[in-house]
Amino acid sequence: MSNTRIDRRFAAVRAEGRPALVTFFTAGDPDEATTLSILKALPGAGADVIELGMPFSDPMADGPAIQAAGLRALKGGQTMAKTLEIVRLFRQADDETPIVLMGYYNPIYAHGPEAFVAEAKEAGVDGLIIVDLPPEADDELCIPALKAGLNFIRLATPTTDDRRLPTVLANTSGFVYYVSINGITGSAAPDNSRVAEAVARIKRHTDLPVAVGFGVRTAEQAAAIGANADGVVVGSAIVQAIATSLDEGGKATEGTVSAVVALVSQLAEGVRAARRLSAA
Amino acid sequence: MTAPQLPNSFRTGPDDRGHFGIFGGRYVAETLMPLILELEKAYEEAKADPAFAAELSALSTHYAGRPSKLYFAEGLTRHLGGARIFFKREDLNHTGSHKINNCLGQILLARRMGKTRIIAETGAGQHGVASATVSARFGFPCVVYMGATDVERQKPNVFRMKLLGAEVKPVTAGNGTLKDAMNEALRDWVTNVEDTYYLIGTAAGPHPYPELVRDFQSVIGTEARAQMLEQEGRLPDMIIAAVGGGSNAIGLFHPFLDDASVKIVGVEAGGHGLDGDEHCASMNAGRPGVLHGNRTYLLQDADGQILEGHSISAGLDYPGVGPEHSWLRDTGRVDYVPILDDEALDAFQVCTRTEGIIPALESAHAIAEAIKRAPTMDRDAIILVNLSGRGDKDIHTVGKLTGLEL
Repeated sequence: MSNTRIDRRFAAVRAEGRPALVTFFTAGDPDEATTLSILKALPGAGADVIELGMPFSDPMADGPAIQAAGLRALKGGQTMAKTLEIVRLFRQADDETPIVLMGYYNPIYAHGPEAFVAEAKEAGVDGLIIVDLPPEADDELCIPALKAGLNFIRLATPTTDDRRLPTVLANTSGFVYYVSINGITGSAAPDNSRVAEAVARIKRHTDLPVAVGFGVRTAEQAAAIGANADGVVVGSAIVQAIATSLDEGGKATEGTVSAVVALVSQLAEGVRAARRLSAA
Repeated sequence: MTAPQLPNSFRTGPDDRGHFGIFGGRYVAETLMPLILELEKAYEEAKADPAFAAELSALSTHYAGRPSKLYFAEGLTRHLGGARIFFKREDLNHTGSHKINNCLGQILLARRMGKTRIIAETGAGQHGVASATVSARFGFPCVVYMGATDVERQKPNVFRMKLLGAEVKPVTAGNGTLKDAMNEALRDWVTNVEDTYYLIGTAAGPHPYPELVRDFQSVIGTEARAQMLEQEGRLPDMIIAAVGGGSNAIGLFHPFLDDASVKIVGVEAGGHGLDGDEHCASMNAGRPGVLHGNRTYLLQDADGQILEGHSISAGLDYPGVGPEHSWLRDTGRVDYVPILDDEALDAFQVCTRTEGIIPALESAHAIAEAIKRAPTMDRDAIILVNLSGRGDKDIHTVGKLTGLEL
């Protein structure tokens, strides 16, 4: 069992008897300085784990909100090096909050997988979620990442049946990200009872924490989903809050960071309510 | 990069994980992975089932009109004064291009797998039309994703798809071309994975698509090889096909790959030239990368972001290429060369006037390469060009560029 910031954070949250709040937003949306300000504000607002999206020109698993965020970031000149630099700056003041980089494989492949995992580790990254790398391709990035001391978090989905789950879980570490619906990010809300069943099914195969995402937007949903999971992931709603706060030219405003903080604070209330719900 | 070791045969790929050398593979989201594995299994079973082959063969003959003719292009040959040029007439197939070959195979596979809904991406609209056609024939609802730019420049095909009962969904992301249509089709598939069959139109995407599309298109080369031997008593000296994703090209090339005497040339879209970003010559100007489920040559920037590219031909307007082509490039078996927009446009007009055949702009790229090569070759040499589709869909584009009023 690894002992990373992610492992420690899930253990701490479990000790509090509540699910973790995992927040996603895109690095460089709409600029580097705003991203760093949001990162710094998130732990105080109640985010337990931060997923930072690495923008990609062709985000095939993402819905319109995260597609648009990626395009804003790329238009603003965001690169892999800048994303790692943001993490490095964040780590100077926060040595506890886990950071997971989430994205697609090609920018990493272009950079060189071995160099990337070394630089990510050095910058203070704790884990990776790479959407288009199934376990069949573990030798490409997953194994080098694990060797470098990073967690490699895998997505499990409604189509991942019991026969396939062991393959998916084999090299997974940190936590399992259960994608609650067949679909893209920002889709309709998942059905709670089916999610509870799925989480229970995954837990029969692993001791890792299971976080649930895709379609979770409100504190109420976070509370309901969190009652049956070790973590709740919210992405599109946060990205949407950033989009709404921008000016007509797509630039950040004074309201950008506070819009994210306000939403995340509500979501944090939600996951804390989950404890009360499940205890009741 | 070190050159890969030359294989005993160029026709044995992919391996059991879907790789051609370092290319190919299965780079998809987990939601799709079980489906990809199911498709692979279903295709293996279909291949082993004589009833599947018999039904496909009957449809190819009586519905699509196969075998397509091998035609000696005497007018063009005389005009160029060099090697004799033959056309493999895929333009004469039902729906007007080679795309029907693959669609018939995959629709039978979809039915066999119990799927009830078809989705497809299209660039020039040829694959969209072929998908809409087989969906109508077999009673499936069909949704075709097409870039908004392509919807505009290929209007006749959009109208045909609608007549056939398909829903055409314009995609406005990116430049609104084939790459963006494919992203959107993948998003639909991941959302409707239980009932939907994704009918990919080119020999790209995650394994087993590059293999099965190639197999269904190989009828082109298998026929052409036999026809050439029957009509001329020998193999051609050179075969040429246009390469976008590369399905018509791999279909022609594959049966000839182990014929060492046959020189094989794939033609990429050179657009406005390889100096800038206005082209789609991924194998001449790109680097290996991972997109749309496979590793292959891609147009990309230093940070691994995919570039949009450009071609006069909507069917070639794609920043990647099928993985088997990437492997054939690296092994040196196939020579991949660019043809500029202007050269393709000239070839379009030369072919139309010397042969009375209006070729698709995609096929015009292959003809343009033959126009370059034929005068430098002996008069008894033979060049075989894949005339992959008819050009009716392109008359608006050509009219606009040549100043002709329609």
